[in-house]
Amino acid sequence: MSANRPAEPQVSSRITVGRAVAWRSIHNFLTNPAFIVPSLLFPLFFFVSFAGGLAAIGEVPGFDFPSGYTAFQFVFVLLQSAAFGGVFTGFAMARDFETGFGRRYMLAAGHRSGIVLGYSLAALFRAVVTWTVLTAVALVAGMNVGGSAGEIVALYALAVLVNVAATLWAAGVALRVRSIQGGPLMQFPTFLILFLAPVYVPLDLLSGWIHTIASINPITALLEAGRGFISGDPVVVGLAFAIGIALSLLFATWARGGLRSAEAAG
Amino acid sequence: MSSSLRNQIGQLAHRSVLRTLRQPAQIVPAIVFPLFLLAVNAGGLKDATNLPGFPTDSYLTFILAVPFIQGALFSVMNSGTDLARDIETGFLNRLALTPLRGAALLSGLLAGSLVLGIVQAVVYLSVGLIAGAELAAGAGGAIVLVVLSVTITVAFGTIGLFAALRFGSGEAVQGLFPVFFVFLFLSAMALPLDLLTTDWFHAIASVNPVTYLLEAIRSLLIEGWELDQLALGFGIAAAVGVVGMTAASSALKTRLVRT
Repeated sequence: MSANRPAEPQVSSRITVGRAVAWRSIHNFLTNPAFIVPSLLFPLFFFVSFAGGLAAIGEVPGFDFPSGYTAFQFVFVLLQSAAFGGVFTGFAMARDFETGFGRRYMLAAGHRSGIVLGYSLAALFRAVVTWTVLTAVALVAGMNVGGSAGEIVALYALAVLVNVAATLWAAGVALRVRSIQGGPLMQFPTFLILFLAPVYVPLDLLSGWIHTIASINPITALLEAGRGFISGDPVVVGLAFAIGIALSLLFATWARGGLRSAEAAG
Repeated sequence: MSSSLRNQIGQLAHRSVLRTLRQPAQIVPAIVFPLFLLAVNAGGLKDATNLPGFPTDSYLTFILAVPFIQGALFSVMNSGTDLARDIETGFLNRLALTPLRGAALLSGLLAGSLVLGIVQAVVYLSVGLIAGAELAAGAGGAIVLVVLSVTITVAFGTIGLFAALRFGSGEAVQGLFPVFFVFLFLSAMALPLDLLTTDWFHAIASVNPVTYLLEAIRSLLIEGWELDQLALGFGIAAAVGVVGMTAASSALKTRLVRT
């Protein structure tokens, strides 16, 4: 009994801190058009450009995706918006530390990992808002969904894992650099790993250097599983979830190191 | 042009060029980012050449036109951000106290975009050719391609100047970046206009001027000398430049009155 006592206030403190940080971050997101507009527009531009402008790619010999090219691209844009929801939240975190607000968080928080928890909750909220709009636009645009309700839930669960991993990655950078100048460092690797996956056509239709890189890129399994879910033909499900969880744990360690770095900086 | 005006433009152009060259953060992304997308798109969309009616069997050659437009978009940001910084730091107010003419200020500020445009065009073309792209118009076409690219870059740069003078903030200029990317995204960027099978997308791309800028560049790479497409490309770039410069001149007058 006595061993449990100190843990209860810690958990409670972490959740309290997380809720407070999340609330402020979500409030900033919802009330500032400079934050909410790019979050919504960028994924929509990508979706419109890929699904609309590249529809003819669905007629390339060897391209066989039962739900059509719109659904094929929807999965990529969904995962991309999940990742960038995390990266944009990393920007907010870096800005808070640059302006000194992050330091006040550090002084006030009973349990500092609650700060990362709060930003992570805000990132998830951001992503959910974007997914809602993106999904509505995709359905209005005539996207075919072949997967069952359970498979669609699994698709969004994969997106949640991507969002968590990307947020923790960006948080690790933001807490180390503590300046918005670290933005490219959060953004560029995320962009790189996403676009070095089979974005436009399935892996089998890629050739040369990009096939080699896409074959070992962990995002490929996430994309293939997501596309399997939406078309009702699940593939590499176990591998995709294992990768999503492993990336989240890996970047949780990275973010924890960032927190130590921010604490050491005072 | 009077010698005084030439001197004013020369001084500001010198400052603008040095300022651009001394900021790797402006040059590097403007070159690296478009080349990265070129590599990814050329590899990922290679099979598009199997579509009936695709104009070339090299997707790299087809997509090589895109970095030139992406580079021009960076010019909007760079020219606008530099001028916005001059406004934010009060440098423009100090210039306003001198007999400097508005035309000299705007023309001089575009010199940085001009130099960046030349560097970008030469790098994109060189990398493309080394990677195996074709240039149907030959050596003369390479020169015209660089001139067209620089014209587009400078024309887009005038929009950056207008935005900076209108809003007076670097952050507002940066916020325009996604807006300009929409024009690129909703064009015949990845497939020829004839192969855009989605009706509404085809309709938007048909009226989007960026489509015709891309087609002018592609004509040199894929077809050779297509004078009507080149004339259209140069014409659109010139029109964007004239409209941007007129708007920037008007915004400059308003801003100087305000200060």
